[in-house]
Amino acid sequence: MTSRPELQAPPEIFYNDEEARKYTSSSRIIEIQAKLSERAVELLALPNDDVPRILLDIGCGSGLSGETLTENGHQWIGLDISQSMLDVALEREVEGDLVLGDMGQGLGLRPGVIDGAISISAVQWLCNADKSSHEPRIRLKAFFGSLYRCLGRGARAVLQVYPENLAQRELILGFAMRAGFSGGIVVDFPHSTKRRKEYLVLTCGPPSLSSAAPRGKGEEGESCSDEDSSGDEDNQSVCISDRHRPRKKQRLNKKMKGREWVLKKKEQMRRKGNAVPADTKYTARKRKARF
Amino acid sequence: MRLLTHNMLSSNIKGVTNGFPLLIEVEKVVEKQVDFNEDFLRNMFAKIEWKALVEASRTMGYTELPENSESSMLNSDEFLRKFHHALLELHLEEGALVCPETGRKFPVNKGIPNMLLHEDEV
Repeated sequence: MTSRPELQAPPEIFYNDEEARKYTSSSRIIEIQAKLSERAVELLALPNDDVPRILLDIGCGSGLSGETLTENGHQWIGLDISQSMLDVALEREVEGDLVLGDMGQGLGLRPGVIDGAISISAVQWLCNADKSSHEPRIRLKAFFGSLYRCLGRGARAVLQVYPENLAQRELILGFAMRAGFSGGIVVDFPHSTKRRKEYLVLTCGPPSLSSAAPRGKGEEGESCSDEDSSGDEDNQSVCISDRHRPRKKQRLNKKMKGREWVLKKKEQMRRKGNAVPADTKYTARKRKARF
Repeated sequence: MRLLTHNMLSSNIKGVTNGFPLLIEVEKVVEKQVDFNEDFLRNMFAKIEWKALVEASRTMGYTELPENSESSMLNSDEFLRKFHHALLELHLEEGALVCPETGRKFPVNKGIPNMLLHEDEV
């Protein structure tokens, strides 16, 4: 079974009632989501004047990312395709407005009104065709086109994505550029397999100094080793030490199988009524190497 | 759904040239207290389609907003309070949004408008 949810089922079906609840009650996911959205807001680079903005949260789910926006004092509109996720968001009494919609159909918003958009782990869903009528290229085009239109000039969109491979990354970025966005991909912790996170930082309008993509965190090899990574993210992917652990355990067990272990086993066999050689001083003694 | 969101949403159906503003069919309106923030209102004022907001707030049963507005009115505290109430505190809980061009209804349940399009509308 693949671990990528978008390969298992369409989003509105994958995030059913059960999955939505599971997703929102996992403290690990909540913490990761909060961190991702915190970083996304940082990359949005809104002017630092304490004026609340109207932001868009694309694929808002149960409102975990929206809560970060609220904490930063902003108003937001959340869009998601899963009714179950939105129901959980209602239960959690999020502050933003929720809209049930499909980003691949284009965002039905008036031009130039939104001050910024974030999206946490949602855009890669567009790369999958879940219905016969779905064509990823057309859906990506509709999404980025409508996103470009509804953002104000100079506004930014920060989309955190998990592209499956290089081709998918290029596909997503290509359509963003074709829609008129400038910017690029910011990779946080590129040397780490566990902490590596990719953000598409897009700015409305032609390339300029202010639209240049900011630097990712940990690019300068400050975290080449994963040792400084905090424990909460350890379970996100299989790490190398995990892979070796079983073998180590085995070796340890072999050593434990000494004379005592053999005697115990023989006793067990005797109790079962099997014919077992008597215990002598040779029992479980190691053979010489030349034998 | 607040009128702030209503003022941003437009009908996204294929072939519709002017899908704004969506008409409101009201079944239930609720009011929720929201913190008053002057800066936000000033920032939003330029982006709001005033006519659509006035129309929408009337359908929701709030008639205090003036027919026309200009930026000088932002200095009046009374005006800001009314603007704030209409924009952020009136929620359409149950009802529908109607596309002005095609008449297609987008149902609103528990405050969430369902803007999903059918396959032939994309």
